[in-house]
Amino acid sequence: MQNTTRNAGAYTIKGIVLIIAALLLFAPFLFQDVRSLEVAARICIFIVLVASFDLLIGYTGIVSFAHTMFFGFGAYGAAILLKEMGPGWTPVILGGLAGVAVSMVFAVAIGLLSLRVKAIFFAMITLAAASVVLVLASQLSQITGGEDGITYRGPDLFKTATKLVTDEDGKVIRLWGVKLNGKLAAYYFVFITSLILFLAMLRFVGSPFGTVLKAIRENEARAEAIGYRVVAYRTAVFCLSAAVASLAGTVYAVWLKYTGPATTLSFAIMIDILLMVVIGGMGTMWGAVIGAVLMILAQYYLRDLMGVASEALAGVPVLPELLAPDRWLFWLGIIFILLVYFFPKGIAGTAMSGGAKQ
Amino acid sequence: MNTLTNTLGQTLGRAGGVNLLPLIVAAAAFGLIGAPSSWLTLTVAGLAMGMMLFLMASGLSLVFGLMDVLNFGHSAFVSFGAFISATVLAGLGGWLAADSWMLNALALAAAYLAAISFGLVAGWFFETVIIRPVYRDHLRQILITIGAMIVAEQTILAFWGGTPLSVARPQFLEGSWIIGDVSIEIYRAFAFALGAVVFVMLYFMLNRTRIGLLIRAGVENREMVESLGFRVDRLFIGVFMLGSALAALGGAMWAGYETLITPALGGELMIVVFIVVIIGGLGSIEGTLLGAILVGLMTNYIGFLAPKLALASNMILMVAILLWRPNGLRPAIK
Amino acid sequence: MTLLTIRNMKTDIDQYVVLHDISFDVPEGGVFVLLGRNGAGKTTTLRSIMGLWKPSPGSVLFKGEDITGLHTADIARKGIAYVPENMGIFGTLTVDENLILATASGRFDPARLARIHALFPALEQFRDKQAWSLSGGQKQMLSVARAIIEPRALILIDEPTKGLAPSIVDAMAEAFREIAQTTTILLVEQNFTFARSLGRDMAVIDDGRVAHSGSMEDFAADTALQDRLLSLSA
Repeated sequence: MQNTTRNAGAYTIKGIVLIIAALLLFAPFLFQDVRSLEVAARICIFIVLVASFDLLIGYTGIVSFAHTMFFGFGAYGAAILLKEMGPGWTPVILGGLAGVAVSMVFAVAIGLLSLRVKAIFFAMITLAAASVVLVLASQLSQITGGEDGITYRGPDLFKTATKLVTDEDGKVIRLWGVKLNGKLAAYYFVFITSLILFLAMLRFVGSPFGTVLKAIRENEARAEAIGYRVVAYRTAVFCLSAAVASLAGTVYAVWLKYTGPATTLSFAIMIDILLMVVIGGMGTMWGAVIGAVLMILAQYYLRDLMGVASEALAGVPVLPELLAPDRWLFWLGIIFILLVYFFPKGIAGTAMSGGAKQ
Repeated sequence: MNTLTNTLGQTLGRAGGVNLLPLIVAAAAFGLIGAPSSWLTLTVAGLAMGMMLFLMASGLSLVFGLMDVLNFGHSAFVSFGAFISATVLAGLGGWLAADSWMLNALALAAAYLAAISFGLVAGWFFETVIIRPVYRDHLRQILITIGAMIVAEQTILAFWGGTPLSVARPQFLEGSWIIGDVSIEIYRAFAFALGAVVFVMLYFMLNRTRIGLLIRAGVENREMVESLGFRVDRLFIGVFMLGSALAALGGAMWAGYETLITPALGGELMIVVFIVVIIGGLGSIEGTLLGAILVGLMTNYIGFLAPKLALASNMILMVAILLWRPNGLRPAIK
Repeated sequence: MTLLTIRNMKTDIDQYVVLHDISFDVPEGGVFVLLGRNGAGKTTTLRSIMGLWKPSPGSVLFKGEDITGLHTADIARKGIAYVPENMGIFGTLTVDENLILATASGRFDPARLARIHALFPALEQFRDKQAWSLSGGQKQMLSVARAIIEPRALILIDEPTKGLAPSIVDAMAEAFREIAQTTTILLVEQNFTFARSLGRDMAVIDDGRVAHSGSMEDFAADTALQDRLLSLSA
């Protein structure tokens, strides 16, 4: 009985993820406005970012606050080179590789320094490292553009003016009403790279390496006793997760054509990632998809709703303030606390295990 | 080579060991800065900052030592302390402006008391409602306290808004003492003195009272204290409330030091507070004081020598110390 | 009269069952010895009595009162003291601070302190020293002294002779005999000679179950039984 509900739950979750994937695949044709495409691209990138964070928190049981730092390394790597070398693929590839390289160096250093001590030290040290990088990025304005960030042009293929397919008159062809232009190419660049990265991670957690990670998470002392070098494994996962986050940052930089502290490094994004992974469900990968989709939809559309509620309550003390669109994090924080108490496995984990508090 | 470092270590140990680090930092800074008057001003500023950081960090450190609980929402107490005291001071503007230092001091005392009382009540609430259900589960502890921090920060935004709030200072703490070509801000000297008084009180409580004895024993071995018939969990609420109150007091003093505060203050200080407890070693107030003074001095010296590297320098200091002593300078023995 | 009754105690640690089914009675007075091989569950039994692990199901009755599931501190206040295997000394505290912490009032009863100093003279000599600087034997003495600084009905002592020099073991045996005149001792011990010289009643735990219980005299006479239950080769 238990098993059938569990399977049903797992199928439901996988079904939902497939539907999300299909919606994202056809997003440019289904939702034909600029804002929706923005949302779809952001969802793609955050799915990768959150899944890579889940490798750490869900599969290894360690909390890092440096994930946006790695995201930022990738983004700034591409951004700085695109700015210096001009638009093209070379700066994107070089920048992406540079971002991964810097991320690796940081990840190995932090990992070896602090993964051998308590989990809580690791959380504090990554938090400290990430904030130092954030401050440096906003201060070293000659290189990073400071608080204002960097604006640049991406590869020519992604320019809105680029015509992918033209008719005899040289005009861009429309498919189901959508212009086949560079913007579309840019979206599919985001979609496909995200898909590849996500599938790679899915493959990874199913590999023997992933199994070892689960063993370590379940019982660290026992895994150590069996002979697994826990610190080495954890450092390796930390590096992998950092590399994926960095690549996601590069893709995001190419899509946005702007990179600044607020879009990549800020603590607010770190909180978003944390919320997404916990809401979606830690340690499932599918949870990352669900969490990212829900949170980003809420970010874009829930705020509008709260604005309406806030205006409706005008005159009541404090309540309109708490319902103001800017205060949406307040409610999210409360939901987050309740989730951690009552559904620590998140949406996907709870559904797949067939009930709360397994 | 090895014997040399050994003898060096022993000599250092006899002279006070790691406690000498702030002196070494100060001496090095003296050489780099050159001008004695600037150096003295910076040293006073560093010590004052160190004492305020100590107040903010001591509770975090003790709570961790006693119950293995790390509260990522600790900075909320600092923020609330700052905003509450600023509001009280604004409300008592008449007393502050009065030409009587008695009234000035009363207003300041009222502001600090308000912050401390808030810290006690909020600490009690936090411990019983937020943290109690997730003892011994570090992952959920980190997540829940982060959630609580978000809610607290948003609450501050809802009540006080996002614009910077200016903080009134009592008349008698304004201005500087000029000694020769050295100028020392009175507020800094006051912050240092108040912090030092609190440290001495804490030190006496921990080392001369029965409660202190229980806390020190509990930090070392909680199970054994319970096996001797004492409820460490009840003791823990008390320590948690005390730690929150001290953090709120630290925030209140910080508000007067900065004179302009924003809701981001708690989050910014949080990083520094973490660096302090990691450097000092968790669980001992002596270690926390040492870490706080080191960070305070470093921040001010580097802020003068290479302003952009101030925060990064603390990070480098932390990494260096962790490489040397993975558990910090003076951790409580576990 | 029975002081402590343990019935069908089962204790899990994480997902592992450590104690399957433990039942035995500790009569009032004298020394009751728990024997068994390494990993049999002796320490877990003591910790379960003390409430440091929560047994379920099963019950622990102390003086006829059910103390199962009580908080460790409350169990201690009922009159049970615990001397753990690692001694549980507070290293940063002085010898006197270690002792005074264990008093309920925060003050020494001069008579009891004098008795402790008579039993363990080293604790008087080093009263202001930090406890980490004591020798292993002195730490063990301090740990036992801490258990008897307040009047207790029962003391749980876990392997007190481990790693101690023979002369100190003899002194310890002497002290236990003296303590046992007023207080019941539940002793976990690997050193069979030591255990036999002290014990009146005994039980053997094997793989989380009570394999044998009875009087020490009978058990000491039955070498075949000893071989079967205690030898390492079995």
